Amino acid sequence: MIISNLLKIAYRSLSKNKLRTFLTMLGIIIGVASVIAMLAIGEGSKQNITASISSLGTNSVMIMPGAISQGGVHLEAGSSQNLKKEDADIIAQRCEDVKFISPVVQRGSQIIASSQNWHTMVYGVYNIYFQIRNMTIENGSGFSESDERSAAKVCVVGQTIVKNLFGEGNNPIGELIRINRIPFKIIGVLEKKGQSAFGTDQDDVILAPFSTVQKRMLSTTNLSMIIASAQSEELMDDARNEITQVLRERHKLMASQEDDFTVRTQSDLSNIFGSVSKVLTILLASIASISLLVGGIGIMNIMLVSVIERTREIGIRLAVGATSQDVLIQFMIEAIFISFLGGLIGVFIGVIASGLVAQFGGWPISISVSSVLLSFFFSAVIGVFFGWYPARKAANLNPIEALRYE
Amino acid sequence: METHISVKNLTKVYTMGDNVVNALGGVSVEINKGDFVAIMGASGSGKSTFMNIIGCLDLPTSGEYFLDGVNVETLNKDQLAGLRNKKIGFVFQSFNILARTSAIENVELPLLYDGSVNNKDRRERAFEALKSVGLADRIDSMPNQLSGGQQQRVAIARALVNNPVVIMADEPTGNLDTRTSYEIMEIFQKLNEKGSTIVMVTHETDIAQFALSNILFKDGKIISNIKVANRKNATEEFKKMEELKTETI
Repeated sequence: MIISNLLKIAYRSLSKNKLRTFLTMLGIIIGVASVIAMLAIGEGSKQNITASISSLGTNSVMIMPGAISQGGVHLEAGSSQNLKKEDADIIAQRCEDVKFISPVVQRGSQIIASSQNWHTMVYGVYNIYFQIRNMTIENGSGFSESDERSAAKVCVVGQTIVKNLFGEGNNPIGELIRINRIPFKIIGVLEKKGQSAFGTDQDDVILAPFSTVQKRMLSTTNLSMIIASAQSEELMDDARNEITQVLRERHKLMASQEDDFTVRTQSDLSNIFGSVSKVLTILLASIASISLLVGGIGIMNIMLVSVIERTREIGIRLAVGATSQDVLIQFMIEAIFISFLGGLIGVFIGVIASGLVAQFGGWPISISVSSVLLSFFFSAVIGVFFGWYPARKAANLNPIEALRYE
Repeated sequence: METHISVKNLTKVYTMGDNVVNALGGVSVEINKGDFVAIMGASGSGKSTFMNIIGCLDLPTSGEYFLDGVNVETLNKDQLAGLRNKKIGFVFQSFNILARTSAIENVELPLLYDGSVNNKDRRERAFEALKSVGLADRIDSMPNQLSGGQQQRVAIARALVNNPVVIMADEPTGNLDTRTSYEIMEIFQKLNEKGSTIVMVTHETDIAQFALSNILFKDGKIISNIKVANRKNATEEFKKMEELKTETI
C-alpha cells in the first residue's frame, strides 16, 4: 500500500465534508489559540514586572532601619532610628562587594513655585544615587561634590513636578522653588521613568544634596535608609552578607540578638514578583490546556460519529480491497490532519488575539517560540491520541455488516 | 476449460446465542472462465452467504474454496482484502458508490488500494472502464446528478477496473425498473461476450434468463444447476420494449 494514495484518499474524504472538517478543527483552533494567547499574556506581565523592578536600579541593595523591640513587643519596621551616615561610610570602607553607596533622608514637603504649589517627597542623597537608581538627567546637571560639602540649596526635579509647577514642556532650569520656605534652585530635570511595579509615580520626586536636606531641612542624624549597589548581579547576596556583618558589628549586636536593620536586594523583589507571575502563567496555561483537551475530545467525538455515519463507506472500501490497516491509516491521517491544520490556524489566531490584547487592552504581551511549538506539538499529539480509538473502530468493522448498514 | 471458482463441500454455520443456523450445508460447484451464472433462491436459501464466501468477504466454516487457483481458506484478513482488490469486482443492489465523489473517483477507488498502479494508469483505466459502460461523458458527475441506472453503471465500471477474475453482482437490478434492468443486463452480456466471468444473485426469473446458467439454492443446498435453454438477448429485448412503447402511443 502506498502512503501517498492513502493521503489522497484522506484528503478527498476531508475535502468532501468541509463543514464537518472545519467544525472538528474548531476545538483545536480555539484550544491552541487560547494557550498561545494566555502564555503570551502571562509572559508579557512577567517581563513587565521584571522591567519595572530593574528600573529601581542596577543591582541595588537597600538597608532600612529595623523595628524596635521593647520587651518582646515589635513596633513597625523602620521605627528604630539607628541608621546613621557613619553606617554608610563604614560600609563603603569595608564592604568590597559594594560598588556605590548613598545615605538617604526623606521628607514629604510642600513645594511652592510662584503661584503654584505641590506636595511631594524630597530626598537628600549623594550624587552617586543617580547611578545606583538608574536615573538619567535629561536637562541640566546633577549636583556636585562641592554642592554636597557646602550644603548648597540646589535640586533636581522629576517630570511630574515640572508639569505641576511650571506646566508641561517648560524649562524650569534656573528657576527657584520653595521647599518648606527654603528657596532651592533647580539645576536638573530627570528623564521620565513612569509608574513603578508598585503603582507609585517615580517622576513625582525632588532630589537634593544629602547634607542640604539633613542639615537645613531635617536637622537629624537618622537616615531613612541607605541605598547601595553591588559590584555585579552575582555578588548581590555576598554584598548583603557583608553589609549585615559590618552593621551588626557597628551596632554592637550580640549573636543572640536580631538584626536591628533590614537588608533587601533587588533580586529579593524580582523573586517575589517572578513567582507571582509564574503562578499567573501556570494558571492561565492550565485553563487554556483544558480547552485544548476539550478540543481533542471534540475530535474523538466527531470521528466516532463519523465512523458510524460512514459505516457504509468503510464497507465499500473494504469490499474493493482496502485492508483494515488502510482504513486505520486513513482515519488516523484525517485526525492528524485536522489537529495539525487546526493547530496551525490556532497559532495564527493566537498570535493575532495576543496582538489585539496588547493593542486594545494595553496589556504587555510576549509570544515565545517555545509556547507556539509546545501548543502546536501538543495539538498534534492530541490528534493521534484521540484519533486512534475511532480509527481502530473503523478498521475493525466487518465488511458484510458494514455494507448492509442503513 | 479454465476453472475460476471451485467449491467443494462448503458449509457455513452461524451461532447466534443458542441458535445454530446452518446457512450452507455442503455446497459444491465449479464456475469456469467465461461463465455467466445466475444464482436464484428464496430469501434465507443461503445464496447471499454463498456469495459472501466466494466474494472473499467471509470465510466458510468448512469445505474447500479455490479462487483462480488460490486456496482461500488459508488466507488471513489482509490477504483476503488483497484478493478482493485484485481478483473480484462487486456490484451491489444499492449501488454502494461513494457520495459526493465524482464518477471517475469512484471507479478509481479499487486501484487506489493497489500500490502497483501509478497515477496516470489509474486515471486511464478508470476512464476506459467508464467508457465501456457508456459513461465516458459523465466522468465528473456526482452520484446525485446520475440516475439509478447510471449509478449502477458506475458501480459496474468500478467492478471492472481491476480486470477481475470474476464479477460478483448481488441483486444488481433489485433497485431498478425493468427498462433500466435490461440496460444493465445488456452491459453484463456484452462484458460476458468479451470474456468476463459473472456471478449474479437475483430472485427475478426474467433477469436470470439473461445468464448462461442458473443455480437454484434451497435451504443451504444447490438443488439444481442448469443451462438456460432460451437465453434472452438484452439488446433484442430492449428493442422489443421500445417497439411496444411506440405501438401503445
